[in-house]
Amino acid sequence: MPAAAAPLDRVFQALSDPARRTMLERLTRGPASVSELARPLAMSLPAVVQHLAVLEASGLVATAKHGRVRTCQLQSGSLQRAEQWINDRRLAWERRLDRLGDYLARQTPQDDEGSPS
Amino acid sequence: MTEHSITHGTFSLERTYDASRERVYAAFATAEGKAAWFEGGEGYVTLERVFDFREGGSERLTGRWESGVVSQFDARYFDIVPGERIVYGYEMRLNGTKISVSLATIEFKPAGQGTRLLLTETGAFLDGYNDAGRREHGANLLLDRVGRSLSRELAGA
Repeated sequence: MPAAAAPLDRVFQALSDPARRTMLERLTRGPASVSELARPLAMSLPAVVQHLAVLEASGLVATAKHGRVRTCQLQSGSLQRAEQWINDRRLAWERRLDRLGDYLARQTPQDDEGSPS
Repeated sequence: MTEHSITHGTFSLERTYDASRERVYAAFATAEGKAAWFEGGEGYVTLERVFDFREGGSERLTGRWESGVVSQFDARYFDIVPGERIVYGYEMRLNGTKISVSLATIEFKPAGQGTRLLLTETGAFLDGYNDAGRREHGANLLLDRVGRSLSRELAGA
């Protein structure tokens, strides 16, 4: 499966960890090596590599080895898909459910009895 | 856009309304009730509305957004338990292009004097939905939003 088509579940799982979000935030400023990603994190390099594997499996991040250095880069496609999905459906529903609440609040309590208003 | 792809997604929303289950259900089950809130909101012009609320019945809502984009929602009701749940499938088109095919479930639960509404949608999101005119969002803003949605998702799980 191409990384860009990774299911949203994996994207959400990848985003559920603060260390992985810190790594992603760093990558939004440009590509970085694994040790650069590890620097602000209070964890061992192998732990960082594990987090990186989750990010890579989600399609959010791509890595490539140049000589002895592994460079990590944000893959914006997955994020955009996730963001589009969330924005377009969830927010559309949030707004609709707000309007539903307004509509219900406008109705008189007598409507509860099913009598015509 | 020539690339063909599918992304699967699920989300749930939960709201508690200070209204009886009968009233909340009626807002989904009657043409008048549904038309009161099921549309695009400000700047949205309804072009066509078909509402045949019964198992096997269809619903259509076509409208034009402020941006000029025309959206078309075509649903089919699969399961209806009056006052308790509604299950429907729908396809969504933007400017005639099919962007998603989804399954939605709506559950109505008593919550004190009010009603707790649970909405869950699972969709197949087609071809990356490359809609015209969308603003470019900064990557940080993006992460922020997805993160917030995720916390809601986890809180609701």
